[in-house]
Amino acid sequence: MTTEMQSYYGRPIVKEPVWQPEIPFYFFFGGIAGASAVLHLGARLTGNRTLARRTLFIGAAADVVGPALLISDLGRPERFLNMLRVFKVTSPMSVGSWTLFISGGASNTAAVLELLGKLKSVKVAAEIVSAAAGPPLTTYTGTLIADTAIPVWHEGRHELPWLFGASALASAGAAAAMSVPSADAGPARRLAIGGVVAELGLMEAMQHRLGFVGEVYKQGDAGRYGRISKLCTATGAALLATLGKRSRAAAIGGGALVLAGELALRWSVFRAGFQSARDPRYVVIPQRERKARV
Amino acid sequence: MSVLPEAWPDTYGDEAKPRMGFFTDTSICIGCKACEVACKEWNAIPEDGLVWTGESYDNTSELGANSWRHVAFVEQRKPLKVDGGGDTAELDAEPLRWLMSSDVCKHCTHAGCLDVCPTGSLFRTEFGTVVVQEDICNGCGYCVPACPFGVLDKRHLPRAPGDEPLALPVLGKKEDGRVWKCTLCYDRLKGGHEPACAKACPTKSIQFGPLDELRERADKRLEKLTIEGWNGAQLYGRDPEDGVGGFGAFFLLLDEPEVYGLPPDPAVPTKNLAEMWVNTAVAAAATLVVAALAVLGGRE
Repeated sequence: MTTEMQSYYGRPIVKEPVWQPEIPFYFFFGGIAGASAVLHLGARLTGNRTLARRTLFIGAAADVVGPALLISDLGRPERFLNMLRVFKVTSPMSVGSWTLFISGGASNTAAVLELLGKLKSVKVAAEIVSAAAGPPLTTYTGTLIADTAIPVWHEGRHELPWLFGASALASAGAAAAMSVPSADAGPARRLAIGGVVAELGLMEAMQHRLGFVGEVYKQGDAGRYGRISKLCTATGAALLATLGKRSRAAAIGGGALVLAGELALRWSVFRAGFQSARDPRYVVIPQRERKARV
Repeated sequence: MSVLPEAWPDTYGDEAKPRMGFFTDTSICIGCKACEVACKEWNAIPEDGLVWTGESYDNTSELGANSWRHVAFVEQRKPLKVDGGGDTAELDAEPLRWLMSSDVCKHCTHAGCLDVCPTGSLFRTEFGTVVVQEDICNGCGYCVPACPFGVLDKRHLPRAPGDEPLALPVLGKKEDGRVWKCTLCYDRLKGGHEPACAKACPTKSIQFGPLDELRERADKRLEKLTIEGWNGAQLYGRDPEDGVGGFGAFFLLLDEPEVYGLPPDPAVPTKNLAEMWVNTAVAAAATLVVAALAVLGGRE
């Protein structure tokens, strides 16, 4: 494949996103919120009360942090309610805003009722709604960035929702494993380990399939965050798998490493988009090849 | 009954107008930048920095929140005509040509910016053009990377030259924060006038009119240039079957699109969205399965 091409003074063709650091943090917290809701329902159904309570509070808190980050990123924060002005299936951000609205409303209702110990039937209904909104909340963010003209994001559309889903499971599992006594934390540890394994595999698969367009994952900030992420998640998951059951300190340390690693993963993907937009080769060369094939 | 929602122009009923657009014939552009100036004047677009880029006569560099027309200048060691001839080249031993092209929002048939806008701020007008409603835009910025041409951008205001952007929003002192782009002079169209850039263009390089007529005119022009042997003459965005369903504002170029900083085969990102949503839903379901397995593995 040729990497030679003509350009206009080497200038970018697509614009870099204008999104601020709030956005990768939101991907991280939104993921925790969504996956915690699912883990919560699972714990509730299997009668693991400690795990159920903690995951409910973790999810509800993340569901408050998420929208706050999103509102802060807006150019006109006072107009945040315009997000719920319409529902557009062509806009992953519109679908996501509604999902987050439902998820946040349900998880916080359930959390408040849990604290008050009142209206059990309403609380159960809220928990179910929250668990239903959770899974799409963990995966839509991958599609949100894939539905752009940024080459490394759009071409990664097959893996990104899976990658973000896996990362969310790992994060929620890690957060729960840190805050629940080891005797009740089995599901959380397994979720963290399983999520990390899936996420590492998906990231490799995506970069392999992307080829030339995916090389930004090896460069600059995206590369740095990617290496930090791998190191943290792998060490954290190994710690959880080996000593996590016996030692509370290991569970806390391992969980913290997984959380740090998954946050770094979101940053790696986020920065990769900027790097991809900046270099017109990633726009022109694949499009030239597409035209040549037709 | 169709499962698709009603689309332009049906949504406008009796108020629908013929689709209007631009045909920018770069073969007669003289690089005067009257279009840039007229656009800034009419639309009251703020100044956005005075710099010397050293890139031929181009100091605007790109389309953005504060540049809705951008004249590109390309200096080439290529002959003007395919047979090596051409007025400029004949004066010199080495061939030389100077390409100029006034770029603008393409007002795509399938517009990525409009599709992804979560507030409905971006909409399609009765003229088939794509416009941002600035009283609704909340500055989420999604349209910025969704545009295959890098047309839209967020505006930062007020800013004295050299000021750093505000790190945090300060009520009342905030930067503008909304996205801006060419409106194809929606206000002028409403009043029955042509857009400011087309009005100001002294060579009729920028032609405004019903898209059907413009396409016919462009086909004739290309035929003429091809017969005359102009090097690299091609229509860009004329084809309704391309990745964005054809441009509402299309071009006659004298070289490949990327030479002018344009994507050679643009496609609207939402083209693959149905498949992407299915994938998102399956991945979401998979998280449930993984969580179930984790829970069923036991308490400890």
